[in-house]
Amino acid sequence: MWEQYAAALPANAWNWSAVWRRNYMAWRKAALASLLGNLAEPMSALFGLGFGLGLMIGQVDGISYIAFLAAGMIATSAMISATFETVYGAFARMHAQRTWDAILCTELTLGDVVLGELAWAATKAVLAGTGITIVAAALGYAAWPSIPYALPAIALTGVAFASLAMVVIALAPSYDYFVFYQTLFLTPMMYLCGAIFPVTQLPIALQRVAEALPLAHSIDLIRPAMLDRDASSVGLHVGVLCIYTIVAFVVSALLLRRRLMR
Amino acid sequence: MLGGVEAAPISRRTIAMKPAPVTPTDRGGEDVSNVAIDFTAVKKSYGQKVVVDQLSFTVASGECFGLLGPNGAGKSTIARMILGMSSPSAGKITVLGEKVPARARLARKRIGVVPQADNLDLEFTVRENLLVFGRYFGMTAKDVEKITPSLLEFARLESKADARVTELSGGMKRRLTLARALINDPEILILDEPTTGLDPHARHLIWERLRALLSRGKTILLTTHFMEEAERLCDRLCVLEAGRKIAEGPPHALIDEQIGCPVIEVYGGDPNELCALVKPLAQRTEISGETLFCYAPDPEQVLARLRGRTGLRVLQRPPNLEDVFLRLTGREMRD
Repeated sequence: MWEQYAAALPANAWNWSAVWRRNYMAWRKAALASLLGNLAEPMSALFGLGFGLGLMIGQVDGISYIAFLAAGMIATSAMISATFETVYGAFARMHAQRTWDAILCTELTLGDVVLGELAWAATKAVLAGTGITIVAAALGYAAWPSIPYALPAIALTGVAFASLAMVVIALAPSYDYFVFYQTLFLTPMMYLCGAIFPVTQLPIALQRVAEALPLAHSIDLIRPAMLDRDASSVGLHVGVLCIYTIVAFVVSALLLRRRLMR
Repeated sequence: MLGGVEAAPISRRTIAMKPAPVTPTDRGGEDVSNVAIDFTAVKKSYGQKVVVDQLSFTVASGECFGLLGPNGAGKSTIARMILGMSSPSAGKITVLGEKVPARARLARKRIGVVPQADNLDLEFTVRENLLVFGRYFGMTAKDVEKITPSLLEFARLESKADARVTELSGGMKRRLTLARALINDPEILILDEPTTGLDPHARHLIWERLRALLSRGKTILLTTHFMEEAERLCDRLCVLEAGRKIAEGPPHALIDEQIGCPVIEVYGGDPNELCALVKPLAQRTEISGETLFCYAPDPEQVLARLRGRTGLRVLQRPPNLEDVFLRLTGREMRD
């Protein structure tokens, strides 16, 4: 009975790395363009909003607006990078390019493939998030000694959003559906979770909603690290992101098994 | 053309023959060493639609076994079930001694696959495709580098090692897919319509390569709707229609048993009228589309009867698997 589902789970702890390395090899061929594409949007948001709005806003939470915004942009770019790599990159490898079909004829299971894709999407999130972190730090908007603490938080953000996006591609019949995910889930989340302004500006009911959303927990981990402040409830934030990751991973693997292994 | 393979007494509809090269010990017997693939009463349905129905067959190690049938006969579904990528609704599948799909991953370690549609990595070179695929079998870059030259030589792609896949012709892509399927030195090769869409030259090269693999002792399971491919390569065939086995045996035995005499194809006239004309001289006649098939032990008599009629194209040829399929189903296998 359970053997039926074995194919949906990773076969061991290292098989996934072959999938990661395949994607890394493909990415390396166009690395510069890809990095530029990943960084350009959050950078322009950071500087456009940061300098422009910053003039009118002045200080937020006792720091300059652009320093406040930096952490929000790092978390958001990690979210967007991981999501886009999954809904466009991984979906193409599953659907149009049939790369997954080829891999599933080898020793790897579907669970190995999904895990490898998640790890790769998280890697791209780390690249994007780290890029902005370095720029922000170089310009003096972040505190050097505590920046390394932001890295694991960025990676966890990437893995959580990659898993959620994996559920989306398991269900989506075509590319057209991804825009719903973006406009109905990701974009509202950016406004609700304290990326652009403090959550305390929201009505109390919406603050409650934000507490349940993964991006809020990412930002609560990344912002203190960027500003060298004491983080509170680290265990809670990490726990919530881990739960999102694990539940979405299992759900996506089972859905993909139903979709691909009929 | 008519090989001297003698056939055992055979029933009219379903022909079951013992595997030709190696006879596995009786079904249910525990000596599985000679059995590469075993299907017992396998059924696959999607909702109400039955795609594979009560299918049993055994592929012995070292033989080339063909699944022959038109599109939609269930061939690809059977190939996917062998790999554990699709679970049977009922029945039992054993591949290389492993229960499938439960232990399909272990079986796949020893299987190479050439899928129906090329799924090579287009952004990579020939060499990189082999490297990436080797990693899926737990091989290191060094392991792959060591065997790459021999794989490229086998696939006749030595000069293309650093070419991107997008630069390859259709035949070269197929050969690369074949080389890729050999990277884990598999015992069984599953080939799903390996030459569909190739030009005749490329097709012959693939056939020649497959025969080389058979001489090295590999087991091949091949799906095809090409009669010529099945006749040339396969030791034994399973002829499928709508998911059911309608005949099984060595190609020439099937042809001898089911047809056993020369065939005259006539077209260019009214097939029904021509049929009435030659029927008394033929063992059997069949009309398919605008063509009359006339199975006649003494073809000269038939040809004499048709002589003098203008506008007819008449072709006399030895019987082939197409005739077998036509006889068993009343339909042509060509799509």
